[in-house]
Amino acid sequence: MASVSRRLFMTGAALCSLLFSHAYAAETVKIGLVLPMTGPFASTGRQVEAGVKAYMALNGDTVAGKKVEVVLRDDAGTADQTRRIAQELVVKDGASMLMGFGLTPLALSVAPVLAQAKVPAIITSATTSIITQKSDYFVRTSMAGPQSAVPVATWAAKNGLKRVVTLVSDYGPGIDIEKGFTDQFKKDGGEILEAVRVPLQNPDFAPFLQRVRDTKPDAVFVFVPSGVGSIFMKQFVERGLRDAGIKLIATGDVTDDDLLNGMGDAALGVITGHFYSANHDSAENKAFVAEVRKANNNMRPNFMSVGGYDAMALAYAALKKTNGDTDGTKLVEAMKGMAWTSPRGPITIDAKTRDIVQDIYMREVKKVDGELYNVEFATFPKVRDPNTP
Amino acid sequence: MSPLPRQALASAFLRRKARWKPLEYGFWILALGAAFALPSQQLLLSEIAILALFAMSLDLIVGYAGILSLGHAAFFGVGAYAAGLLSLHLTAEPLTGLILSGAIAGLLGLATSYLVLRGSDLTKLMTTFGVSMLISEAANQAAWLTGGADGLSGILIDPIAGLFEFDLFGQTGYLYCLTVLFAALVIARRIVHAPFGLSLKAIKRNSRRAAMLGISPNRRIVVIYTLSAVYAGFAGALLTQTTSFVSPDVLAFHRSADVLLVLVLGGVGYLYGGVIGAVIFTVLRAWLSVVTPQYWMFWIGLVLVALVLVGRDRINPARLTAWVRTKTGRAAPSAAPLAKEEA
Amino acid sequence: MLTILFDGIAYGMLLFVLACGLAVTLGLMNFVNLAHGAFAMAGGYVTVVLMNRYGISFYWCLPAAFLFSAALGAVLEVTLYRRLYAASHLDQVLFSIGLVFMAVAGVDFFMGGQQQLISLPPELSGRFNLLGADIGRYRLFIIVLCALLTIALQTTLTRTRIGSQLRAAVDDGRVARGLGINVSVIFVLTFALGSGLAGLGGALGVELLGLDPNFPLKYLIYFMIVVTIGGTSSITGPFLAALLLGIADVAGKYYLPSLGAFIIYAVMIAFLILRPNGLFFREGGR
Repeated sequence: MASVSRRLFMTGAALCSLLFSHAYAAETVKIGLVLPMTGPFASTGRQVEAGVKAYMALNGDTVAGKKVEVVLRDDAGTADQTRRIAQELVVKDGASMLMGFGLTPLALSVAPVLAQAKVPAIITSATTSIITQKSDYFVRTSMAGPQSAVPVATWAAKNGLKRVVTLVSDYGPGIDIEKGFTDQFKKDGGEILEAVRVPLQNPDFAPFLQRVRDTKPDAVFVFVPSGVGSIFMKQFVERGLRDAGIKLIATGDVTDDDLLNGMGDAALGVITGHFYSANHDSAENKAFVAEVRKANNNMRPNFMSVGGYDAMALAYAALKKTNGDTDGTKLVEAMKGMAWTSPRGPITIDAKTRDIVQDIYMREVKKVDGELYNVEFATFPKVRDPNTP
Repeated sequence: MSPLPRQALASAFLRRKARWKPLEYGFWILALGAAFALPSQQLLLSEIAILALFAMSLDLIVGYAGILSLGHAAFFGVGAYAAGLLSLHLTAEPLTGLILSGAIAGLLGLATSYLVLRGSDLTKLMTTFGVSMLISEAANQAAWLTGGADGLSGILIDPIAGLFEFDLFGQTGYLYCLTVLFAALVIARRIVHAPFGLSLKAIKRNSRRAAMLGISPNRRIVVIYTLSAVYAGFAGALLTQTTSFVSPDVLAFHRSADVLLVLVLGGVGYLYGGVIGAVIFTVLRAWLSVVTPQYWMFWIGLVLVALVLVGRDRINPARLTAWVRTKTGRAAPSAAPLAKEEA
Repeated sequence: MLTILFDGIAYGMLLFVLACGLAVTLGLMNFVNLAHGAFAMAGGYVTVVLMNRYGISFYWCLPAAFLFSAALGAVLEVTLYRRLYAASHLDQVLFSIGLVFMAVAGVDFFMGGQQQLISLPPELSGRFNLLGADIGRYRLFIIVLCALLTIALQTTLTRTRIGSQLRAAVDDGRVARGLGINVSVIFVLTFALGSGLAGLGGALGVELLGLDPNFPLKYLIYFMIVVTIGGTSSITGPFLAALLLGIADVAGKYYLPSLGAFIIYAVMIAFLILRPNGLFFREGGR
């Protein structure tokens, strides 16, 4: 028995030295990009990939004397696939950074790999608050928990919307956002009439909307993932909630830039809070939007795309800071406290939580040059995740 | 003829069927060799072994009891959650966790087996599906226990028997999964080649006639269904223990559908079908999704369609074993009908 | 209350149009066609493309969707499905799931993975009040259209020559052939009709159910539930099952939102335990 275990250990050790020395010696830095490219969350994958590619197109593929290579893999939104792919990318392909992760459980499933392999993972999409606490190697460039919901609560309370029904998708991020909104809204003197949670795989919003309507609130606060958001919007109008005087306030997921234009005039006037709008007025954003549109058949980038873009920006900046050293721990140290101007505006990676601190904008859907856009009208600067101190 | 020689004849027949074939030895030697020959593929191999065990468990009810199930992930998922919860709250010792998880899944199998005793194929398909969806919803709602949509994390598994630690390369994990798969197969082989297994096949062919021969179908179906649930629970527990994470998709519908696909791909009713299907499906998917991360589904679909049109029988391993059987001089009937019946 | 009932009926009617083709192929022709949703998806995408790229009116898109899916169904029946009528159910499952995979990835390739949206003509959007119930115009449109279709379908099957030929062909193909009925033509037509109806349902459903490449997988289960509960021997069964499912689903979500997803599965299991062969079961039918 003992000899078997020793032999195993020897083989393992030999493999380790073989593979890792290979990774260190290479002049190429490999970044493993793990995204759901198929299945229900495929559009997330598509957008993030577009963002990553846009950054490389605009900034070249060498940094600190090393060539950066991105290896894209599909996990189909299944956690055990994510975990295997992440592990393989580290062990087999010698990736020195991981990136992507479309949903919370997908991100959480790689935490044990990160702990063993000591490789940083930049989260481009998953938003649940707890993720960054689960491994010291997680860094996030998308959004932290209810970051975008809290300003909406403050704004609503200030603007005379006192009685609100919340409606969120029944999964991790939805529950985080419900809590974030409710806590802030009550603090600001608002009243939550009812909290409705809808199943994630939900074909028809009609019954839930009817329930909201019969409660007769001033406004309904909504979070649903971006794809279903568009169906929600249509049914909201169709059900006559707007005519009944109920205002729709939401996080930016509902008026996703990618789909907004197809929603038609139904979406006009919807108030949302979010960290990115393709309409954001800055030179960085104009270049970014132009590049994504050019490379992707005129697709408009959305907030997930900018998450991918900034993940690459962070990876480049960290490599520059370590002078091309790909040691995982050093890279994470380099990422901490990093601050730069992204297409979405100024952002910082918090040194303690490794989570993103960013401006949240209040936007209204308006027509700009014949297309629908989220037009920003107020800014809440440097918002942190209210769930993590 | 007196009853005695007849009995001797029957047991000789059973023994002959239960004998290990050369191909089987070859397969297991290859599987073991892979642990050392393919150091960079250990994770994929573990995934294959787990899926193989899962598909084998489905084969026990589809191939031997004729119950089509579209909800087998219920047992897989319950096993996976049980293993995760046991390691968090009770013991991180993997073998104890594995056995207890299998037992818990088995209890669920026992409880739900009574729902699949009646009705047509379609009814059973949908009943099993409904049960698995209810459990999946329950797991999603019971966030205090299961972590809800975020899944269970923070699972730590002790080294196996205090000796072998789960490494980053997944070699220990693979050997562990392979050992469990092998043990499960040996036991399943004994069961299906025993008179019990034969009586199941009789029930599958014609349950009314079997009942007239004095075989009570219901009790046997309950037993095999429970056993199958235990196996699926083992597979789920292996997944948890090798990945130290449980996500809610262990209970998802696509897992039930995938495993049925894998089993049908490999062939139904000879235990190795699930194993072979798992190898083909996983390797194909892993390879295609590297080549074309976005559109690999198209090529898998094309392979499936082509496979059916060409005729599964013609490239089915079942036929190969039948061929080997005739070659080695056993008194098997001509290969073609046999392959058909087993497919 | 009435509004909920109304919404449930509309939802159920839509499910019926989507699923009745499956009831025909599965129940009458004894073919497990899991790719049924793909035909619905085809109809949906035809509508989206015609409306958004070519600006064709929604009302013309509906027959176009029907014809396109029906043609697609006919072509696939002649080239592929026909060979597998005699194959085992497991073969049929493998084959049709393969088709679904190809459809999902193919649509993703040509149309992209995002949700597709259409804008209904103004006279179909909005709602009005009737006897204290809020009636959505589009849902009313769906109910009327689907009710007409159901009546037409039922009459065709029970009263016309082609209907009785079909029933003869599926009950005993050999004898039907002996009587001079061209069984293979009947099967093509039936298959095309089922696919066409699915396509029409897909077109009607874009607004309510959404449309993305995963449509066939997402809704397959709903179709299967309708067919299983309804039984596969007539179209009255699936029709009632679809209505029941629609109303139970909508009412469950309205009154017990936290239990939303439990309801339809619980209802289904309860039904299957009480009536293992579906609502209506014809002894001796295949």
